[in-house]
Amino acid sequence: MKKAKNTLRVWKRLLGYIIGHHKGLFTIVMICILASACVTVIGSLFLEMLIDDFITPLLQQQSPSFDGLLSAICIMGAIYLAGVLASFVYTRLMAKISQSTLKKIRDDMFIHMQKLPIGYFDTHTHGDVMSHYTNDTDTLRQFIGQSIPQLISAIITIIAIFVAMFISNVPLTILVLIISAGMVVATKLVGGASSKYFIEQQESLGKMTGYIEEMVNGQKVIKVFCHEDETKEQFDKNNEELCHDATNANRFANILMPVVMQLGNLQYVLIAFIGGLLALSGIGGSITVGVIIAFLNLSKTFNTPVAQISEQISMIAMALAGAERIFDLIDEKPEQDGGTVTLARVKYNHEDKLEESNDMASNWAWKQSQPDGSFAYTPLKGDILFQNVDFGYTKKKMVLHNINLHASPGQKIAFVGATGAGKTTITNLINRFYDLNNGEILYDGIAIQNIRKPDLRRSLGVVLQDVNLFTGTIMDNIRYGRLDATDEECIAAAKLANAHHFINSLPDGYQTMLTQNASSLSQGQRQLISIARAAVADPPVMVLDEATSSIDTRTEKLVQQGMDNLMLGRTVFVIAHRLSTIRNSDAIMVLDQGRIIERGTHEELIQKHGVYYSLYTGAFELE
Amino acid sequence: MIRTLMRSVREYKAASILSVVFIALEVIMEIFVPTLMAHLIDEGINGQNTQTIVTLGSILVVIVLLAVLFGVLAGEFSARASAGLAKNLRKDMFYKIQEYSFANIDKFSTASIVTRLTTDITNVQLAYLFLLVIAVRSPIMLIFSLVMSFSIHVTLTLIFAAAVPVLGVGLFLLIRVAFPYFGKVFRTYDKLNSVVQENLVGIRVVKSFVREDFEEDKFSKVSQKIFKNFYKAEGILAFITPLMQFVMYACIILLCWFGGTTIISSGSTELTTGELSSLIAYAVNILTALLMLAVVFFMINLALPSSRRIVEILTEESTLKNGPNPVYEMKNGEIRFENVSFSYTGEQDKEFLKNINLHIPSGSTLGIVGATGSGRSSLAHLIPRLYDVTEGKVTVGGVDVKDYDLFTLRNEVAVVLQKNELFSGTIKENLRWGNKDASDEELIHACELAQAAPFIETFPDKYDTYIEQGGTNVSGGQKQRLCIARALLKHPKILILDDSTSAVDTKTDAKIRKAFREKIPHTTKIIIAQRISSVEDADCIIVMDAGKINGCGTHEELLQTNAIYKEIYESQTKGEDNA
Repeated sequence: MKKAKNTLRVWKRLLGYIIGHHKGLFTIVMICILASACVTVIGSLFLEMLIDDFITPLLQQQSPSFDGLLSAICIMGAIYLAGVLASFVYTRLMAKISQSTLKKIRDDMFIHMQKLPIGYFDTHTHGDVMSHYTNDTDTLRQFIGQSIPQLISAIITIIAIFVAMFISNVPLTILVLIISAGMVVATKLVGGASSKYFIEQQESLGKMTGYIEEMVNGQKVIKVFCHEDETKEQFDKNNEELCHDATNANRFANILMPVVMQLGNLQYVLIAFIGGLLALSGIGGSITVGVIIAFLNLSKTFNTPVAQISEQISMIAMALAGAERIFDLIDEKPEQDGGTVTLARVKYNHEDKLEESNDMASNWAWKQSQPDGSFAYTPLKGDILFQNVDFGYTKKKMVLHNINLHASPGQKIAFVGATGAGKTTITNLINRFYDLNNGEILYDGIAIQNIRKPDLRRSLGVVLQDVNLFTGTIMDNIRYGRLDATDEECIAAAKLANAHHFINSLPDGYQTMLTQNASSLSQGQRQLISIARAAVADPPVMVLDEATSSIDTRTEKLVQQGMDNLMLGRTVFVIAHRLSTIRNSDAIMVLDQGRIIERGTHEELIQKHGVYYSLYTGAFELE
Repeated sequence: MIRTLMRSVREYKAASILSVVFIALEVIMEIFVPTLMAHLIDEGINGQNTQTIVTLGSILVVIVLLAVLFGVLAGEFSARASAGLAKNLRKDMFYKIQEYSFANIDKFSTASIVTRLTTDITNVQLAYLFLLVIAVRSPIMLIFSLVMSFSIHVTLTLIFAAAVPVLGVGLFLLIRVAFPYFGKVFRTYDKLNSVVQENLVGIRVVKSFVREDFEEDKFSKVSQKIFKNFYKAEGILAFITPLMQFVMYACIILLCWFGGTTIISSGSTELTTGELSSLIAYAVNILTALLMLAVVFFMINLALPSSRRIVEILTEESTLKNGPNPVYEMKNGEIRFENVSFSYTGEQDKEFLKNINLHIPSGSTLGIVGATGSGRSSLAHLIPRLYDVTEGKVTVGGVDVKDYDLFTLRNEVAVVLQKNELFSGTIKENLRWGNKDASDEELIHACELAQAAPFIETFPDKYDTYIEQGGTNVSGGQKQRLCIARALLKHPKILILDDSTSAVDTKTDAKIRKAFREKIPHTTKIIIAQRISSVEDADCIIVMDAGKINGCGTHEELLQTNAIYKEIYESQTKGEDNA
């Protein structure tokens, strides 16, 4: 029951999408479909009328005149022409409606996705989200473009034919009704089994894809261990299973059409058979030869829409499932932002007070509205204070406990600890990827939840451990840091990041196209570009997550220098994977299971002979 | 190309043929219906003959029931045949990939192989199903309907026989014009996917730099392009329905006029009213059959690129094959490189290794250091013949590696790859990759050597701990030690560690090397590393630079003689000296 209600809701919403944005066009489409359906019904009655009203009477005449026949056929020709025109108009318009609806859905999905909190991306696999844009939208394409017009036209046709049947003869109509009921039952049985197996097929296909992905990823390991035969064995097992489910799914899909069609034929035959007997025996009363032939034609016309609907059943089920998944994404709660404090460019006026300025050379300040309606300006410095911060991704399991720390403008704070100790989590709190459970983080004295997220993030630079570059030129990728940066500024940033030299050695220099997360570059080179990207943004606070994967010693040196250049004059949080790089930090925080267990400068911690000391001397491993 | 694909039908040939046979039978049954109906109407109902109605009516019911039976059987066999073809294709491709050499694997990306094995196969499966069902059904329907129509009335049949080529050409042209747009749409789809994927992967970057609007613009451009091309393509296809209707209606109108006048002027001798309705029914059948053929034509066109991608995998020849008389035994772990040059592409100017000469005695330890891309890994990969040399030769135990049976060679030479993988399954299952008959004691022993035992013991499920796909639930250092243990289980004559202890701390690293020295003294060990400390106690260390051996000797010797070695050493030890 609940499911049925849900289906109805999805239907309504989907129709809203389709009709809502094209009310005018959709009205025209409806009229044209109606017209086209009527032409079909009239057409099926026409031959009958022609035989009864013209051919049979004319046969009795000595010198028949074809004038009446000709004009009747001409009229029918005109009606047919109108039908063709109506079909043309609605198929054309539907193409437009369906494509622009799909575009709207895709755009809405993507725009909404950009607003979702990081937590959403943590809990959904990429493949899963991607399939909303491909598989799910694709099912809708067929649904809107084909299923909907066919469904409307089929329903109109069926109603019109039933009316026509009722008017001409009731007993024969009941016969048709009985057979139709049989068709509906058959469709439901076969169609239901088919949908069930289609879902099973989808599942084993997913399993198969997962297996192939894992094995192909590890193909080199398979080769090195001569493990080909075992791999094939498991593959065969999955493959058999998939084949079994695919056969089941297709079997029912394949027999649905012939069964429905032949039931239609059966109906046709039975009308002639039973109708003929009734007419001859005289029991049928009003049943004449003309009526039977009319019925035969009507039933033939009737079968087409029924077959059409049965053909669309699995399509509709799939589309509704797809639409539901799409709406789930669109309904996902967006990232909340209650912040009101914004960034503004300011300069000191003659009274030595800050005021807003459009001068590009001016400084940045936090702009806070006051109760009296005026604005207060606090200069952007990069002072970060953690006070008793607790955090957990879920309420039940806290990841960080009672974190206290203070980074004055220009200071370098390093985090050290094993994987899962909470280093990355701390930095994710500063830019509000996640919100705190307890405690407070103050940025230049302002609680960060009061700062508008885009402004907060603009004031923070990040170089992540896994470098993500986008398809585009190297120049585009550096400019990602600040969209209005000139080429010169980007190159200056690359120089600062130590990336200029290697970029220049590429054949196309800064115009080198990067694809597939820049797989043509080495890990170290990607890291250099991401440093340049952060440098061009020029924020007062930086979060640096060092790379762990093997970069050779020379490149590592370049990256280190680049990072050092970037750190100058900024407040910096470093997530360290190599201890040699953080010795000059103003403070080092050693984390263990979400708590700061040691803190101090390098020298202080070495003297302490504690955890940091053991890490440093290589007694413990970091990762 | 088609022949390559069809080779995979194999045991489903019978099902394919039966499917065709039953569809043909079903169509034939169906074709008889309008003719017999015409007789039923003319002789039975119009002729007021109860006997005829009963006879013909019963025959018709039987025919229809037979048609249902044949239809169901055809559905069954066509389902088996198409799913079977898909299964065999998938199997053939996967088996073929298992034969691939490293060079072959490098050629295809994982994502592209997965797509070929899933989406592309599904497309071909669908095309095959259509081919079996509709491409058989429609022509039979078309031809038989024409024959039946001709038997009723020749001149009238010519009317709609003439319509067939008109409609055929019209449909063909429409599809031809629309098709390039579909090609464009699918290419843009790839772009859309890559925009979404990059956005998902880099969502933290997007949010950190507050680039949501920028990303939306990027997406919207691609989305607009899809709309434009799809609208064009479907706009063209939108002509199909009205064209089909126009031709069909025209046929009906013409049949009515000429049929009507023929009936009247001949006084029902040349044509009866029942026959006229049969003719119209056949005309509709013929034109519908033609439309279905057009749909198949379209579907097959859509599946062509998929077929091409599948055939690419199937026809790719492995670059490595066993020689004519393979050697099945390896004497010892002595390795010799004689004037070896190597390039991944086989081209002279892109050589990764140039003129390498090297002798590694059995049971010794060789360290290799050098920058990324200097050829360290390439050198090691030539020993188990993951790649073939371009020039010169590599011998193991006195025999050229090309003369060994590949299976023997790789069993005796264990490599722990830089990018190593654990597979989903328990630790035990993963370890048994090295030796599937290994006893629990052997597993534990190998883990002790690789220093993996201590941390495994801390897991609640110990050796039965489930490893997630890609080994994401163990740390980098733990993963590396598990991979070493797995390789040790092969009891290899040669063990190659390609940067396999980079995430392991120096102390554990030292323990591993100590265990190697003491417990497997007869195995030749090759250690590729970033850290000098990992190789400093090796019998011999070589320094690779730009594909050449820049220096060779012990740690002390190299510190004296080799500038690169000295530079690396100093950059790594500077910190510790001050501490």
